[in-house]
Amino acid sequence: MNNEMSTKIHKFVQNGMYILLDVNSGAVHVIDKMIYDIMDIFNGKNDNEVINNLKSQYAENDLKEALDELHILMDKNQLFAPDIDVPPTFKAKGLVKSLCLMTAHDCNMRCKYCFGDTGEYGGERQLMNNKVGRAAVDYIIEHSGPRKHCEIDFFGGEPLINMPLVKDVTEYVRKREKETGKEFKLTLTTNGLALNDDNIKWLNDNNISLVLSTDGRRETHDNMRPDCGGQPTYDKVMKNFKKCVDSRNGENYYMRGTYTAENLDFTKDVEAMADAGFDILSMEPVVLKDSPYGLTEEMLPEIFAEYDRLTDFYLKRHREGKGFFFFHFNMDLSNGPCVAKRLAGCGAGHEYYAVAANGDLYPCHQFVGRNKYKLGNVFDDLDEGAEDITRYFRESHVMNKERCKTCWAKYFCSGGCHANADLFHDDIRKPYEVGCEIQKKRLECAIAVQAVLSMEKIGKKDYKPASVNC
Amino acid sequence: MKHIQTVNEPTLQATKTSGGCGECQASCQSACKTSCTVGNQVCESKK
Ligand code: SF4
Ligand code: SF4
Repeated sequence: MNNEMSTKIHKFVQNGMYILLDVNSGAVHVIDKMIYDIMDIFNGKNDNEVINNLKSQYAENDLKEALDELHILMDKNQLFAPDIDVPPTFKAKGLVKSLCLMTAHDCNMRCKYCFGDTGEYGGERQLMNNKVGRAAVDYIIEHSGPRKHCEIDFFGGEPLINMPLVKDVTEYVRKREKETGKEFKLTLTTNGLALNDDNIKWLNDNNISLVLSTDGRRETHDNMRPDCGGQPTYDKVMKNFKKCVDSRNGENYYMRGTYTAENLDFTKDVEAMADAGFDILSMEPVVLKDSPYGLTEEMLPEIFAEYDRLTDFYLKRHREGKGFFFFHFNMDLSNGPCVAKRLAGCGAGHEYYAVAANGDLYPCHQFVGRNKYKLGNVFDDLDEGAEDITRYFRESHVMNKERCKTCWAKYFCSGGCHANADLFHDDIRKPYEVGCEIQKKRLECAIAVQAVLSMEKIGKKDYKPASVNC
Repeated sequence: MKHIQTVNEPTLQATKTSGGCGECQASCQSACKTSCTVGNQVCESKK
């Protein structure tokens, strides 16, 4: 197939299915082996070439029939759909929709992979005070324009060690919501060690969404997530999480883990979370440079095989009626975000800022402490010259990243993480390769999961287009 | 169709000229947050 067309589709084999994604429309087609082979050659107008090349393998009539079906898809704009231009919104100035508050540059754990230096972020251990917290709330209100929904994430270090601040900011947010008509979604990310009856009740009463960090199996967790004295934390944390999640009727939380070079068999960790009674789960690849825990290119085959296992496990539990929600497999192929959102991605540095404990603004939590990215502070707004940085972030959407432009995953991935790109390449427009490969594998699994679920829904339970060796 | 089963109602082309309403959540991909890739999101105006 000529190059121009090959970037418009992506075909792959996953879970016994041949799948064809039309990149620019987002259409997902489950296909048979013949179509899979045809798509190596077909460019929309070379039917004869396809037939000549494949007639030794397939009956000519079958090939013609298959090509007719492909032309129907083309007519519906679901195959080789035209490229998408950058919507005009990207020229406008961004509205700030989300802030991450570094409530405490300090932590009661010493996780070995912590990017925040176990809370210090390359600086001193420090707690955010109420004045900074309230100024951050005012900042987002002033800079979110007509946008109704705003988000604040209480992050750290560990936010539960600065509960007075969390409570004060929440109270102030509720007051400002009434005055301004804005609606805030508040989230708190915690390691669980300091959860207790009092703060659990307060978090529930105040409708704070929780992100709960644990790494799955006891041995994985205790290996990576000791407390300040080097003691294991699994039992304490899991007891607290259980109490907490039960008290909110199993809702309004995520349990998330990180896998490292030490647990490439992370399906077992997801299984451990599910078996411990949690069913809203996520497991993330660690991102570390020059670390024994970091993931490398050589590990990719093992990681890919593990995602295959995770996909099987996910579907198995689903079929047994013991299904769980796995963040990366959750994908609404018909009602996903618009193109503008898909290009813009995370919004770091123009729609999303992190506020350090002292009130300094950074493009996001991962940039905190990277001095050249300090943008200003919540009291005085952006520093002189910082607008150039925020504009650069805004314009660093997928169409301005060389590698992303031609990547099939661009409308799902939206260009990867700027902070990781900066960490590995000193350039937010050069995505971190290992991250890309994992992202793409994860997306293939997610698309396959959604395809299987939708086939089951329409009663094609046994739909197996052809036997596949994988 | 005999050889192809389309599993979704794709909408990408339909939204390519709209600027987007901007009401959707931020979507951080980093491991320390729950990495909310845009592909895992639903459009806020269709919820
Ligand atoms: S960051 Fe990587 S996976 Fe994502 S769109 Fe860009 S090249 Fe593709
Ligand atoms: S740059 Fe990376 S860590 Fe920062 S908000 Fe974006 S995806 Fe998240």
